[in-house]
Amino acid sequence: MARIGVFVCWCGANIASTVDVESVAEAASRLPGVAFATDYKYMCSDPGQKAILEAAQEHRLDGLVVAACSPRMHEPTFRQVAAEAGINPFRMQMANIREHCSWVHADREEATAKALDAIRMMVARVAQSEPLEPIKVPVTRRALVIGGGVAGIQAALDVADGGVETILVERTPSIGGKMAGLDETFPTLDCSQCILTPKMVDASRSEFIKLYTYCEVEKVDGSVGNFKVTLRKKAKYVNHELCNGCGDCFHKCPYKKIPSEFDYGVGNRTAIYVPFPQAVPNKPVIDRETCVFFKTGKCRACEKVCLRNAIDFEQEDEFEEIDVGAIIVATGYDILEPAEMAEFRYGAIPDVITGLQFERMSSASGPTEGKIVRPSDGEEPKVVVFVHCVGSRDENYKEYCSKICCMYNAKHAIILKHRIHDAQAYLFYIDVRAGGKGYEEFWKRACVEEGAEYLRGRVSRLYDENGKVIVEGQDTLSGEQVEVVADLVVLATAMVPAKGTEEMARILGVSTDKDGFFNEAHPKLRPVDTATGGIFLAGACQAPKDIPESVAQGSAAAAKALGLLTKEEITREPTVAVVDPFICTGCWNCVTVCPFGAPEKSEITMTIDGRKVTRPVSEINEGKCEGCGLCVASCPGNCIDQRGFSDDQVYAELGGYLERLRAALTHE
Amino acid sequence: MSDPPVPNESTPAPAWEPNIVGFLCNWCSYAGADLAGTSRIPYACNVRIIRVPCSGRVDPLMILRAFREGADGVLVSGCHPGDCHYIEGNYYARRKFIALKQLLDHVGVDPRRLRFSWVSASEGRKWAEVVETVTRELLEIGPYRYDRDGDD
Repeated sequence: MARIGVFVCWCGANIASTVDVESVAEAASRLPGVAFATDYKYMCSDPGQKAILEAAQEHRLDGLVVAACSPRMHEPTFRQVAAEAGINPFRMQMANIREHCSWVHADREEATAKALDAIRMMVARVAQSEPLEPIKVPVTRRALVIGGGVAGIQAALDVADGGVETILVERTPSIGGKMAGLDETFPTLDCSQCILTPKMVDASRSEFIKLYTYCEVEKVDGSVGNFKVTLRKKAKYVNHELCNGCGDCFHKCPYKKIPSEFDYGVGNRTAIYVPFPQAVPNKPVIDRETCVFFKTGKCRACEKVCLRNAIDFEQEDEFEEIDVGAIIVATGYDILEPAEMAEFRYGAIPDVITGLQFERMSSASGPTEGKIVRPSDGEEPKVVVFVHCVGSRDENYKEYCSKICCMYNAKHAIILKHRIHDAQAYLFYIDVRAGGKGYEEFWKRACVEEGAEYLRGRVSRLYDENGKVIVEGQDTLSGEQVEVVADLVVLATAMVPAKGTEEMARILGVSTDKDGFFNEAHPKLRPVDTATGGIFLAGACQAPKDIPESVAQGSAAAAKALGLLTKEEITREPTVAVVDPFICTGCWNCVTVCPFGAPEKSEITMTIDGRKVTRPVSEINEGKCEGCGLCVASCPGNCIDQRGFSDDQVYAELGGYLERLRAALTHE
Repeated sequence: MSDPPVPNESTPAPAWEPNIVGFLCNWCSYAGADLAGTSRIPYACNVRIIRVPCSGRVDPLMILRAFREGADGVLVSGCHPGDCHYIEGNYYARRKFIALKQLLDHVGVDPRRLRFSWVSASEGRKWAEVVETVTRELLEIGPYRYDRDGDD
């Protein structure tokens, strides 16, 4: 017979005011297998824990049931107490009599009965619980950072700073991300590239960082501490070992009118190109889709001019498998395609542009060399309308606030005034959200010092007339209809997860929220973890963020990764599946259903009645098993069980309740 | 295990309340039920909760056992489609329990006694509503009793 101790917590008045804790403890002491039961004001407090330790010794307990709050709250605490008491932590269970009982039921009698049932169930479960030891897994001391924007760069730099090798993967030809394309940054108006490019160079020079640009993550296997990642290194058609980045090739490329992705179509690029002058690595790639040679088999202009013989049209995508212990996801954002919102006439009226296009125009190294012009005629605009919340805070598109637009609109209004002194900015807004250091002062400055006209209200209609864009809207403060005859309209479009985020989530096996951003493990307390161990988040892939927040989260994710990677080995929950090879018939149903590839096809050789028999059987790879129990419930032969959640344990828990019901029924 | 008692179809006591077993996945529904607690959303007292790693862990036999031994209803609650912590366990669960409901119907058990729901970790209110609905429905259906012909 088990010797289980039951400890009923009052949680001050949280439990005790609804549940009759004393009578529960008294009734629990009479349950089969229970050697001792008591109640105490705060079980989790130091004296509460001491009481458990003392009782464990005095009554020679071999199992614990703590009836208190949710195990999601204090299971680690009481597992620790069990270990200290010399009781296997997996023979400790919590009966949730607070969240699931005293806090949701008012009737004292009902709540008390329910609490006692919860204890009955857990006592029965503990009696059936095998002692388990955590699984120890060695850690691969290497990190992968996916995405080379500012969040990813920061994360890679910080992990590398801890002396851990880091692989930084970026799918475009250069690291730098969205920030590399920005002009000046709010609220200090320091130049974005001036602060970012040194970081980019640091990342490329660090002895601990391996940079893989023009490269995508194809597959992720394994689990925390030991991931196997397959990378697809896209063919660059330029041998970067030989290339010295002289640029002769792209000056010679005859095909020059390809809208530049980096410039959001404001400028053009060639088919062989470096996305921007400060790119890292500063070496070109050939875009197969637009290169004339790949279309017609003729041209090779770049090849002819390259003195280093670096052009290689024969290159193919290469696959490389890497082992890493932790993954930081920093895949960033895109903007909601404004053409999808027909009412803003983007695409229909050439002088309606996005905020990011405005950035490229105002950037000194951009396609217009810092001149703000109307795309339609190249003229300097004198009246510019900035529209807030385009697609954000709009139930037709995205309900959420994109967070950064209020600030960059203010910034754009200031930059406009600095570049074109007689220009007038009008800003249509819902509210100005300026929470951040120096942010409130910044937009006030746009408004008061730089003369920007803020109009509180949504834009109702946009149309073109005589080469102007007429913007109609309501000023809800004055209650009047307003009409602005604008030369240029800039849309602050909603931030959305970067293209391919859904696919990346699938590859990584992590979840996304209703808007497609990656889900953090806890919205407040674990903002950079995902629910999958060893995978962390940084930057706008998790939610709209500005630069300081992205950098902060990059550093935070790096700290989390380092915490993991500086360990020799990690322990995993031993609640994994186990196959009974004596009855497994090798039907591979478990292999089919497992989302993690944990069951592996294996063989067993046995000598039965003097005869050697070799049979196919399934075997669980404990390193891969996440402990969901899907294979257990799906095995047609009942050959698989789960440690810590065994059929016996579940049936015992169920039985603890049902036996009480049956007893009640027979007395009816 | 000895044979369970087979009660007669006697008139239920007036204060009869349905006895419900709830299998809740650790990541979504159990956390959702926790949230109902922290948000102090009151609901009926009829469900006894069993925490499982995933709704996909629940074996149909566990549900049948619950019915055989005195439960009036069983509730299995997991993560929303697409949100499974284990990627797709809840899809398997959903398919399995659709089939099980048909089996229950086939053997004469009102399939409404088995309920499958999606409750996320942020849906404390929904959890309370699910419990209320299931309890109310079972109150209408009445206690689960079975008689073997020839038994008195």
